Amino acid sequence: MSPRRPATRRPRPRRARRVWVPLATIAVLLVVWQLVVVLGVVPNFMLPSPTQVVAALAGDVGLLLQHSATTLVEAALGLAIGVAVGFVVAVLMDAFETVSLALDPLVTISQTIPTVAIAPLLVLWMGYGLAPKVVLVVISTFFPVTVSLVSGFRSVDPDMLDLMRTMNASRLQVFWNVKLPAAMGEFFSGLKISATYAIVGAVIAEWLGGFSGLGVYMTRVRKSFSYDKMFAVIILISALSLALMKLVELLQRLAMPWTRAERNER
Amino acid sequence: MEERDMPESGVAALEARHLTLSWDGEHLVVSDASLRLDPGEVVCMVGKSGCGKTTILHALSGLTTPREGRVLLHGEDVTGRPGRVSYMLQKDLLLPSKTIVDNVSLPLVVRGMPKAEAREKAAPLFERFGLAGCERLWPSQLSGGMRQRAAFLRTYLMGNDVMLLDEPFSALDALTRVDMRDWYCRMAKELRIATLAITHDVDEAVSMANRIYVLEGTPSAGDPSRIRAELRVPRGEKDLGSAEFALTEEFLACKRQVLSLLGR
Repeated sequence: MSPRRPATRRPRPRRARRVWVPLATIAVLLVVWQLVVVLGVVPNFMLPSPTQVVAALAGDVGLLLQHSATTLVEAALGLAIGVAVGFVVAVLMDAFETVSLALDPLVTISQTIPTVAIAPLLVLWMGYGLAPKVVLVVISTFFPVTVSLVSGFRSVDPDMLDLMRTMNASRLQVFWNVKLPAAMGEFFSGLKISATYAIVGAVIAEWLGGFSGLGVYMTRVRKSFSYDKMFAVIILISALSLALMKLVELLQRLAMPWTRAERNER
Repeated sequence: MEERDMPESGVAALEARHLTLSWDGEHLVVSDASLRLDPGEVVCMVGKSGCGKTTILHALSGLTTPREGRVLLHGEDVTGRPGRVSYMLQKDLLLPSKTIVDNVSLPLVVRGMPKAEAREKAAPLFERFGLAGCERLWPSQLSGGMRQRAAFLRTYLMGNDVMLLDEPFSALDALTRVDMRDWYCRMAKELRIATLAITHDVDEAVSMANRIYVLEGTPSAGDPSRIRAELRVPRGEKDLGSAEFALTEEFLACKRQVLSLLGR
């Protein structure tokens, strides 16, 4: 909908186009990558070709699945706790001004601490087990949830709150009927970001010590200079993050049926 | 205030006695406003923008406590007590996350009625409010006029026979507005709802009201508003729709009077 050319408003591309154009782009990139390696532009010991990466992925599939399971458990556990913590903090910040004033800077500062820098400390304090990974995931996932929820709660039209007061609604009723639904859209945007952070956070924590997990696998193949396997695990991590994001989108559609109606109407 | 020409028969549906209102406790917005709303009548309040009309409704609904004065609902003191008078704010304020039936039955649910029972209680009213078939739709699927109807029904289900309306038709296009106004007046009459509506549209006020309060004052310039006059609209015995009534001499005379009171 370009304001300069209202007459030639661009129609929504057809479904087939929406699928094929990006797929073709990726295919072209892969071909270029393959050629670069085959023609020796970059030496093969530094850059594996796409076919080699696929072979590595297929060859190690059993092992990769095992390691994925560990990482996913850490990520899911951390994300669940992170979302719960984020939710509670956001509700408290919204309900009590003092809590909001007290926690606002802390929540922001917690995000300026680089994850990579505190991961070794967590490992030092908590050992090589599950705990430091989960804690790191919690630290990196609660923030997007908190921030999006708080801003969602604050986005409520003050007239809507007046309306609830004319009905003599309790604070809980206002929260349940007005604030929570109003914050859902932003909450899910935050959750989508948190979901990707969860996988990355778990992998980073695994780099620094552990017995299994994709990060552990990564460290091992890096030490043995198996770059094909390195690329394979990177692709796997991307795929897992994407899948988790899709899952969040699905949850959102289920939790917010009214947004679907809007899309159908317009 | 002018002498009332109506006999003081029985208790007013809603009465405000000597309201003095302020936003911040320091600057007065309204000083010494008294008004009365009898059962089943439609009263409009007109005044320039920013003269404190909404502030008066807020005080009448109990959302704010007046600095001085009292608000009586059927003789009972409800000053500063929200939840007693049905109040429709300026926007339709439907919750996007609830279907129409759940939106309109919200006042019942808030009062503690189980959801299913509240829906059942609201269901038979959809026909009368011109909303039949919209029960399961989301607010985003309704036109402006329909959304306004839903807001009316929700306000009605707040359960009081007194309704305060803040510019109820201002968001609608001109044709819908006239239809909605006539529809509302018919319905209010049938259901014996006493209505106090504020508007800055003089035509609208004369079209729908039995009586009109004219406000004057500019609170932002240190001149708190007061009720300058109270007019009775000579609607006659026959109940004309607003389009027809607007063509009569009585309508024009009344409109001219209101305009001159507003200083135009």
